[in-house]
Amino acid sequence: MAKYSSLGLETELTLALPGGGGGGDPSGSMETKQKKRVFFEFSGEESKVVSKNQVVGWPPVCSYRRKNSFSGEERTKMYVKVSMDGAPFLRKIDLSAHEGYSGLIMALEKLFGCYGIGEGDNNEYVPIYEDKDGDWMLVGDVPWQMFSGSCKRLRIMKRLDAKGIKLHAKDLLKGISIEA
Amino acid sequence: MHSFQSMLNYFPEEVLEHVFDFLTSHRDRNAVSLVCKSWYAVERFSREKVFVGNCYAISPERLIARFPRFRSLTLKGKPHFADFNLVPNDWGGYVQPWIESIVRGGVNLEELRLKRMLVSDESLELLATFFPNFKSLVLVSCEGFTTDGLAAIASNCRFLRELDLQENEVEDRRGQWLSCFPDSCTSLVSLNFTCLKGEVNLASLERLVARCRNLRSLRVNNAVPLDALQRILAQAPQLVDLGTGSFVHDPDTESYNKLETSMQKCTSITSLSGFLDVSARCLPAVYPICGQLTSLNLSYAPGIYSDELVKLICYCNRLERLLVLDTIGDKGLGVVASSCKELQELRVFLSDVYGIGNTAVTEEGLVAISAGCPKLNSILYFCQQMTNEALIMVAKNCPNFIRFRLCTLNPTVPDAITMQPLDEGFGAIVKSCKDLKRLSISGLLTDQVFLYIGRYAKQLEMLSIAFAGDSDKGMLCVLNGCKKLKKLEIRDCPFGNVALLADMGKYETMRSLWMSSCEVTFGACKTLARKMPRLNVEIINENDQIEASFDDKQKVEKMYLYRTLVGPRKDAPGFVWTL
Repeated sequence: MAKYSSLGLETELTLALPGGGGGGDPSGSMETKQKKRVFFEFSGEESKVVSKNQVVGWPPVCSYRRKNSFSGEERTKMYVKVSMDGAPFLRKIDLSAHEGYSGLIMALEKLFGCYGIGEGDNNEYVPIYEDKDGDWMLVGDVPWQMFSGSCKRLRIMKRLDAKGIKLHAKDLLKGISIEA
Repeated sequence: MHSFQSMLNYFPEEVLEHVFDFLTSHRDRNAVSLVCKSWYAVERFSREKVFVGNCYAISPERLIARFPRFRSLTLKGKPHFADFNLVPNDWGGYVQPWIESIVRGGVNLEELRLKRMLVSDESLELLATFFPNFKSLVLVSCEGFTTDGLAAIASNCRFLRELDLQENEVEDRRGQWLSCFPDSCTSLVSLNFTCLKGEVNLASLERLVARCRNLRSLRVNNAVPLDALQRILAQAPQLVDLGTGSFVHDPDTESYNKLETSMQKCTSITSLSGFLDVSARCLPAVYPICGQLTSLNLSYAPGIYSDELVKLICYCNRLERLLVLDTIGDKGLGVVASSCKELQELRVFLSDVYGIGNTAVTEEGLVAISAGCPKLNSILYFCQQMTNEALIMVAKNCPNFIRFRLCTLNPTVPDAITMQPLDEGFGAIVKSCKDLKRLSISGLLTDQVFLYIGRYAKQLEMLSIAFAGDSDKGMLCVLNGCKKLKKLEIRDCPFGNVALLADMGKYETMRSLWMSSCEVTFGACKTLARKMPRLNVEIINENDQIEASFDDKQKVEKMYLYRTLVGPRKDAPGFVWTL
């Protein structure tokens, strides 16, 4: 499986996170996910702190401005509906409140109590989303910023409903619509 | 034949005092008081405004003893690098002892301006209680107080003219502080609460604005929505300085149309800021006043991209001061260069502090501005890359820089084209800009740049250096050459003991020196402290190591030294050790 990480890591194939999963990761439980499903691997932007920017106090921006800064996108709230197959009602989640896929997955797991949706092929559920074009996409293929900018709604789908369709990240082609 | 001295004796004191009244600059007054004893005496009784650049350089008691009639005090606390998390929060800079002394000293305080100080609610309550003529409170980059303290000020200061809060960390207590201004308060001229996070009672705000007919400057916070702003503007068309709150609304509504109308009537607004929360579609509402603006601050608005910024700015032909984010891009700066011929000050901040995105400006934008804006004299520029050629061109186009602060995202990035250090570029700047007072350099820099600075930057008062230089020679050039240097702050440079100790007397001519992550050792700091009793040499050590374990040869992580007339301070926390 190819690594698309932009951080210049070795080419040896591992299931480790880019940047070693150390700096700037808010979830804290990343170590346990290292051996599992790899769709976190491709989004290098998830780790907020690129190694050369880890110098304390650089760039010299005062803390007041840092708090008002952001990571490149609009700061307005982005609430999207989330449905889960089998659940009686939908929920809403604010995409702008998360810095990356790990935060999102954790939030979804908390909302529906469906742990493990981010992991491996063994899990019963898989998260998908409807993008601007109306197509249903697998969560995790594209960089976080691109995803959060184009996601209109989320669905936690039963894996069984997608039988016959290979759900490896790099195999899923854009435009295949999965019946909602 | 009378001597000059006896002629001076015939000069009545009242006349001297009257003449000194025309001297407002504290530097002029300081100079005047050195002429002779009688001038010193007249000046000290007539001084109304006192400026203390370092609150630990003097004690409030001595200040009151010398200037018993002062009414306005400006105090600065933490060193500048505290802004970038290099100084622990509780390092010091408490205003409480100052206020207590001023109360005890019977001073008729009317104005207090604080920067980087720790202010408590108790301090604000003292101000509100003991100074019946208190008129003006300006707090910049301070912390430690809550909206309860503001409520005390609002409730009790009957003649309050100015309450200006800039970039402070204020805890919100949800106590409706703004509603505490009594109905009898009509004296406000300036109110700025942009940095507050909490809600204010909008009806109270509108009534306050309505009854303060002298209100010239109003900057609200994000919790004040656009329709409330419209009602406020309708009541206060005389405003000169406006800071908007939330600027998000559906433009197809009556509220928005009313805003456009009210905005058009505000023909006196020359300064515009705010936009912390902004939707680009609402910006056209401010187009009618763009032509009258001399100051525009859009640096808190990451949601506006280059195209929309440019649409706004191209109407601002009288602009003298512009603060933006780097979302403006090089092209956008090109538009600024062709539209804003009166521009004097430009600040381009980072929109993306964590370095993920690609929005940034380069040397092209800077060159364009320098070519189009001949009056430019002050710049703060965060950029992705820089070249010597660009800096040389900028130096040629704009020889009038007083402040030149450049910050490259990568602190040691070389010239983007030649891969050489940026020594020649900055050298051109200091050579050309003979009035340069403040300089911040960054990028790949060797000792050569310091040679240039020492040789040419004769008016330089403040210098900020990071990740630059090769040896002690660099720092020595600066200390020897920059005769007017007041503040020197250095981080992560290979400057050590030889440079530190070469001219110890120099530090008494300066306000302060900061050195962190350099090559200076504990032993050298001790030597300096021993030989110079009128300096406080502070070692800031956050690792809680016991003092005894400090070896003389050990490098010091953070050192801050400053001249003082009152010896080591008594409020230093455990991790600060004054040698």
